[in-house]
Amino acid sequence: MTTVQERPAGEVGAARKRKEDARLITGRTMWTENITLPGMLHLAILRSPMAHARITRVDTSAALREPGVVTAFSGRDVADTQGSLPCAWPVTEDMVHPDHPPLAVDEVRHVGEAVAVVVARDRASAVDALAVIEVDYEPLPVVLDMEDALAEDARLVHADKGTNKAYTWVFDSGEAGTGQGVDAAFAGAEVVIKRRYIQQRLIPAFMEPRSVVVDPTGDQHTIWSATQIPHILRVMVALVTGTPEHKVRVVAPDVGGGFGGKLQVTAEELIAFMAAQRVGKPVKYTESRSDSLVSAHHGRDQIQDVELAARRDGTVLGLRVNLLANMGAYLGIVTPGVPLLGAFMYNAIYKFPAYRFVCTGVFTNTTTTDAYRGAGRPEATYAIERLMDELAVELDMDPVEVRRRNWIKHDEFPFDTVAGLTYDSGNYEAATDKALELFGYEALRAEQASRRESGDPVQLGIGVSTYTEMCGLAPSRVLGALRYAAGGWETASIRVLPTGKVEVVTGTSPHGQGHETAWSQIVADRLGVPFEDVEVLHGDTRTSHKGLDTYGSRSLAVGGIALVNACTKVIEKARPVAAHLLECDVSDLEFADGAFRVRGAPSDAAGKTIADCAFAVFAAHDMPDGVEPTIDADATYDPGNFSFPHGTHLCATEVDAETGRVTIRSYVAVDDVGRVINPSIVEGQVHGGVAQGIAQALFEEAVYDGEGNLLTGTFIDYTPPSAADLPDIVSDRTETPAPDHPLGAKGVGEAGTIASTPAVINAIVDALRPYGVSDIRMPATPERVWQALRGGARS
Amino acid sequence: MTRISITVDGVRYDDDVEARTLLVHHLRDRLGKVGTVVGCDTSNCGACTVLMAGDAVKSCNVLAVQADGTEIITIEGLAGGDGSLHPVQQAFHDRHALQCGFCTPGMILAAVDLLAENPDPSDAEIREGIEGNLCRCTGYQNIVRAVRDAASALRGAQVAEPASAVDGQMPGTPQAPPAVPSEPESVPVEAVPRPVP
Repeated sequence: MTTVQERPAGEVGAARKRKEDARLITGRTMWTENITLPGMLHLAILRSPMAHARITRVDTSAALREPGVVTAFSGRDVADTQGSLPCAWPVTEDMVHPDHPPLAVDEVRHVGEAVAVVVARDRASAVDALAVIEVDYEPLPVVLDMEDALAEDARLVHADKGTNKAYTWVFDSGEAGTGQGVDAAFAGAEVVIKRRYIQQRLIPAFMEPRSVVVDPTGDQHTIWSATQIPHILRVMVALVTGTPEHKVRVVAPDVGGGFGGKLQVTAEELIAFMAAQRVGKPVKYTESRSDSLVSAHHGRDQIQDVELAARRDGTVLGLRVNLLANMGAYLGIVTPGVPLLGAFMYNAIYKFPAYRFVCTGVFTNTTTTDAYRGAGRPEATYAIERLMDELAVELDMDPVEVRRRNWIKHDEFPFDTVAGLTYDSGNYEAATDKALELFGYEALRAEQASRRESGDPVQLGIGVSTYTEMCGLAPSRVLGALRYAAGGWETASIRVLPTGKVEVVTGTSPHGQGHETAWSQIVADRLGVPFEDVEVLHGDTRTSHKGLDTYGSRSLAVGGIALVNACTKVIEKARPVAAHLLECDVSDLEFADGAFRVRGAPSDAAGKTIADCAFAVFAAHDMPDGVEPTIDADATYDPGNFSFPHGTHLCATEVDAETGRVTIRSYVAVDDVGRVINPSIVEGQVHGGVAQGIAQALFEEAVYDGEGNLLTGTFIDYTPPSAADLPDIVSDRTETPAPDHPLGAKGVGEAGTIASTPAVINAIVDALRPYGVSDIRMPATPERVWQALRGGARS
Repeated sequence: MTRISITVDGVRYDDDVEARTLLVHHLRDRLGKVGTVVGCDTSNCGACTVLMAGDAVKSCNVLAVQADGTEIITIEGLAGGDGSLHPVQQAFHDRHALQCGFCTPGMILAAVDLLAENPDPSDAEIREGIEGNLCRCTGYQNIVRAVRDAASALRGAQVAEPASAVDGQMPGTPQAPPAVPSEPESVPVEAVPRPVP
């Protein structure tokens, strides 16, 4: 039997180095593309060069004669059996929901849409054979601009639907009873600020290209995929293909980033599944980067018409939002719902009483949009934080002061918002004060004044951004009310092995977040076992039979509670075993410092550890009557509410008025993500999130030409930032624990991305105010800044 | 088909390759060196970076036939034979300089090359030095910290273990930076594509 081991001192909160690193830094990683199976064949996909066209003929016969080609087929060949890619979020009853065949059959509706495939002995043979497939396209009119698409005589993306409008979704605080009517608020306003903001189209640009291997040779058909959502993928493959769900196994091995971009059931996954069934052999498809940029879903792409009503003392009275959201050509898994996640966030940290949000989803001949880091919330935060700066200028007030006058005070939580959420906690004063101090706000304002005074050609700008976000997706009943097809619970299972080692099975599916490390820390503390003795298993439906995967900063906020609850169940199952071993009454035992001891006994007294109990139930020679010989436990947790991280970010930019070049001089992020499990992982999430938000502000945009060709179809053109493009940031935290979370954690994955974009743009506009500039289109490239300077406020 | 002979992570491989075969595909598909990954098709991302004749190259930007006669070090061959991590690997672990880890092999090898050329770089020089390698997760800040730490560690190691551990050794020697001959003899310098900045 083991003896009582020294309990690791406080794993939770320690900056543990990650367990995942060992394989990642030595090149022993199991990327999907690394998987090779006996007899495996390779798939290549022919994609549409046209943004909108009728397919009048596809001939794959020449491809079949190419060396090494096993099969080739087009959408027509599988038209009756391929099914339609799923959209799980029909946001309104009358939403227009077009068919979305994995392989286009009669019509292509965006450049990059899959048209035909070749399966061959190796990748080069498959790609070579694509060249001899003949496709005749009859061009159809292309519609790219959302406002054009909604015009009366618009060209239609889906002619049979008679409209390019996918849906209109409305929230009105007067009608919902969560606040006042917005018209009255505007009627009583002393100041109205009206703006149009453009959320440019972005590409998630995860570093690992998507890859899928399908093995149809076993009793279960196994799909390895570089996905964020192995569990959802399994359900959807079953539903779309009619394959019984228990005959499908999905594995997400090591996955190289996602950022929402791998939150999708993709055409490529279903095409590979079809192809593998057709040839009866394992099939692999890995996209090239160029294919990825044009065919993996994009993000953002909204036109925001926003109107803010206020009094001259700075008190905000109401907000109107009229949103056009570009769906692209089809609806992805959660495409229609992405802007709705923003609908609840336009009121941000403020307590104004009236709010109306109208969102229209629009089809265009472009790549489908869907979740990208923050998904709706960065867009909402950008709009309100830009407006608050404009209000400050209008009232000649400091932008921090305007925010302070409107935000929910620390002693006002829990707070029922005008958008209908209940914010459980927050301390905006503390986060903002800390950020201002770290930033040296007053000194920078003084420097700004003197440089404006001296007419310095390089102007200093200061950008403020406060935010909160709804994390922990999501309470299932809320998702149901929003017509989302699935729930928002999460699972965890704990198996204590006979030798006392612990296997943790989580329904979350990490792809860079470090769950193996953080989950080990949590379990180590709860069960009093060494960090090293915990193995976290995930991403394989054979091991992790249920789960709802990783996105929306949900893994810790929801999955973490499932994990804690499973730990609690293990302890409760072990209690009668320990009582039996210690020959005492169950009620006399307490579990602390990793062991059961008789209540009141000194902490160094002999006790029984979880490992002792695990061995006792393994042998099971001497179990108390009626006690099941296991201490393993499962837990499923459905959150009662979202979690609400918040923070204040400050950015100082130097803007060269002669060249338009923007340099970030300093950046301070103070985030309150509740209690922290691993501060080093949290800091890393903030760094990366801020970098992606800065990238939206300064560098990235998916651009189409007038015929619907993606001009930013390589990394050369899309320009994701390199190390030389980004600043060091100062990242700090305040810690207001989430009151209803046993760990007090709120989630951190999206915070940096949400906060940083408006901080940077506010700073640039602030620098340019003396030149009459009041807005700048993103990304604020030197050319755009230069033109804004010449156009003044027009920009 | 062309016969080539290359030494990868200390093992010699003789193979017939198509003229069009990229080094990265040869490494991955023929030699099983799947630690080296492909992240793009325009030589922007640097995920496929390996050391060829001591210099960092994007292996998607080199034909396998160009590598004939060279010594190549991939991420799989960087640690010591006893499993001890190279100082750059160790620093990436210590500084949480990776999240998903897909860019990491290339990033580490680019950093090894940078530190061979400039043993004591400033932060700005580090940022310039690795700008041919894209990372989407970290925002680069912890990577810069890690490279800085590794620079210190390598300088310390050089003081502690002079010359003998450096010249002409295969990587794998604990604490030794990888072999970086100042004049690669097997391949003319101009034949070796450099990372695209």
